[in-house]
Amino acid sequence: MAETITIEPITRIEGHGKITIILDDDGQVSDARFHVTQFRGFEKLCEGRPYYEMPAITERICGICPVSHALASGKACDAILGVHPPEAASLLRRLLNCGEFIQSHALSFFYLSSPDLFLGMDADPAKRNITGIIEAYPEMARDGIRLRKIGQQIIEMISGKRIHASWVVPGGVNAPLDAGHRQTMLQMIPEALEIIIRTLALFKKTLDQHREEIRTFANFPTYFMGMVDEEGNLEHVSGRLRIIDAKGHIVADAIDPADYREYIAEAVEPWSYLKFPYYKPLGFPAGIYRVGPAARLNVCNGCGTALADQEWAEFREIERGPLMSSFFNHYARLIEILFCIETMQGLLAEPAILAARVRAVAQPNFPEGVGCVEAPRGTLIHHYRVDEDGLMTWANLIVATGHNTMAMSRGVLQVAKRFITGAKITEGALNRVEALIRAFDPCLSCSTHALGQAPFTIRFMKTDGTILGET
Amino acid sequence: MKIHPRKNVRSDLNPSRLLTFRIDERVVSAHEDESILSVARQNGISIPTLCHLDGLSERGACRLCIVEVKGVARLLPSCVTFPRQDMEIITASERVVSYRKKILELLFTERNHVCAVCVSNGHCELQNLAVELGISHVRYPYLYPRLAVDASHSRFSVDHNRCVLCLRCVRVCDEIEGAHTWDIMGRGITSRVITDLNQPWGSSETCTGCGKCVQVCPTGALSEKGKSVAEMIKRRQFLPYLQMMRGRQDESWPK
Repeated sequence: MAETITIEPITRIEGHGKITIILDDDGQVSDARFHVTQFRGFEKLCEGRPYYEMPAITERICGICPVSHALASGKACDAILGVHPPEAASLLRRLLNCGEFIQSHALSFFYLSSPDLFLGMDADPAKRNITGIIEAYPEMARDGIRLRKIGQQIIEMISGKRIHASWVVPGGVNAPLDAGHRQTMLQMIPEALEIIIRTLALFKKTLDQHREEIRTFANFPTYFMGMVDEEGNLEHVSGRLRIIDAKGHIVADAIDPADYREYIAEAVEPWSYLKFPYYKPLGFPAGIYRVGPAARLNVCNGCGTALADQEWAEFREIERGPLMSSFFNHYARLIEILFCIETMQGLLAEPAILAARVRAVAQPNFPEGVGCVEAPRGTLIHHYRVDEDGLMTWANLIVATGHNTMAMSRGVLQVAKRFITGAKITEGALNRVEALIRAFDPCLSCSTHALGQAPFTIRFMKTDGTILGET
Repeated sequence: MKIHPRKNVRSDLNPSRLLTFRIDERVVSAHEDESILSVARQNGISIPTLCHLDGLSERGACRLCIVEVKGVARLLPSCVTFPRQDMEIITASERVVSYRKKILELLFTERNHVCAVCVSNGHCELQNLAVELGISHVRYPYLYPRLAVDASHSRFSVDHNRCVLCLRCVRVCDEIEGAHTWDIMGRGITSRVITDLNQPWGSSETCTGCGKCVQVCPTGALSEKGKSVAEMIKRRQFLPYLQMMRGRQDESWPK
């Protein structure tokens, strides 16, 4: 008798999602799906609005990575205006992005995933949360909270507000950097570096305990996509896209994000509100690819900053070619925090960063614009069309979680097959399914996230939909 | 075009009487041709307003300045009500405040006011009033009308979603600029401000592009194009001076 296991809602992620696992007659896992159960409709509701409202409208998509939406939107608007932001604005946008990566990655690692990583996948669910971490590893909990705070304070000092600052505007940013704030930020760097180096060392020690998770957390060959700079090094804001295959060969390089449609197409499935982007030359669903922290470290030639480069080299030593397991996203997140702290140091040392000229002014000169950045969770693309008066006629947004949907669904299947067998379904097994999703750190609506153990129900269903039982 | 009645000019032949009356238990004195609103403000008593703007004619449209007058059952708009000898006026009774809140809540339900993405966020008179009156939520269902943005003008845009029909734009364009580009069409809840004969602003033949309407608009309905959220800070200081200088031309300014 075929059954369906539903995990809803998935806890300790950003937003609301659900997992269904379908068991065949013998109780073996036959299929699994990851669903996003909410619909928000930003692409439609912005139609008719002036293009220059888009950074503010789209940053409201998310409370954790609003900076990424504002930056992608700002860049799409730059393209509509046909301007290059002044040098200081470009530097400040990159600086702001560093603050966001630090706080967002810290949230994902310390608040959401560290309970699984340090207390154990099978630990008592009542303890397997951030308060459990505070009890067991008070030092690390304090580090995590402090690091996230540093990231948030950096965002606030640059843009005036921790979230939804509306500071990124078409053509640049709306206020220059205060010299006093620059000094305060520089003073924060040594502490942030200490925290991240300490955490990296701690995390690397746990890798051996997670061999089974590494082996099964979406560990299969796919393509990877990420942004790199002119030298092929890791870049989050102003680079070009690179796609590699499962062996690590570059299949497309220096892609101008404006041409993304030549490489990426989107499919739709009736069971999820997420769209399914795929690598166009391979078709759907063969063109599965992944984005995000591990994908970025897989595609780049290095980080381009001293300490992060060492960590990157060690990271890439783990496997020959690209690292396939999505479990390594946790590792990559820590390396990216290190990279961002070092990048910040470099940016703050630039004399031009204090310049007062931070905005290029123009009328809309082009009917279409694409903006692309690396958000903490992966590549983010904003694509707008406007009419002659500059009012939006059409928008397409591809968010990181979208790129990863196919990989997440297949990853759920892989984990379920390994840990769920027949009637015996342990809490730890279901937590591993959730932990796989957490490794991707999906941003489903980015508006809420459950702290600790929210109630989730497992539903056993016949194929005709009748509910056999609920736990 | 409507000719606005000029205020009676005080002179030896036409003296205005001085009256004594009470506002909120305070004895005040004023000329008979000064509105209750004006007298209250001179005496440091604040009454919330939205459609009123120093330098423009009174309209009495928003009803936020309503006050209670002893012996009168109705609430009266203080901007267009004049004092009488020994009148007793209460500006902030429970009844008055509850009506003001209702009026403001209804304004919010009529159009699509989304502060978070508005150019006037933080500098908006409607928003400030809501804060002042402590409006934390709206008790009536929102209407969510489908309203367009007219961005056909090269420098300015009008977003009807944010319009409260105070008609300051209509008055400033007519009374100060003298162009009368703005007007109003429709009735009641379907009313809209229009440019010329309801044609796109950019194709208006009468608009001089002076931008006074944008500066006097209390919300983000009229704004300069390209401004981002919270960047539209309006300056209205010029109005009383401009009114005085233009008044000199038609000799209503005492020499």
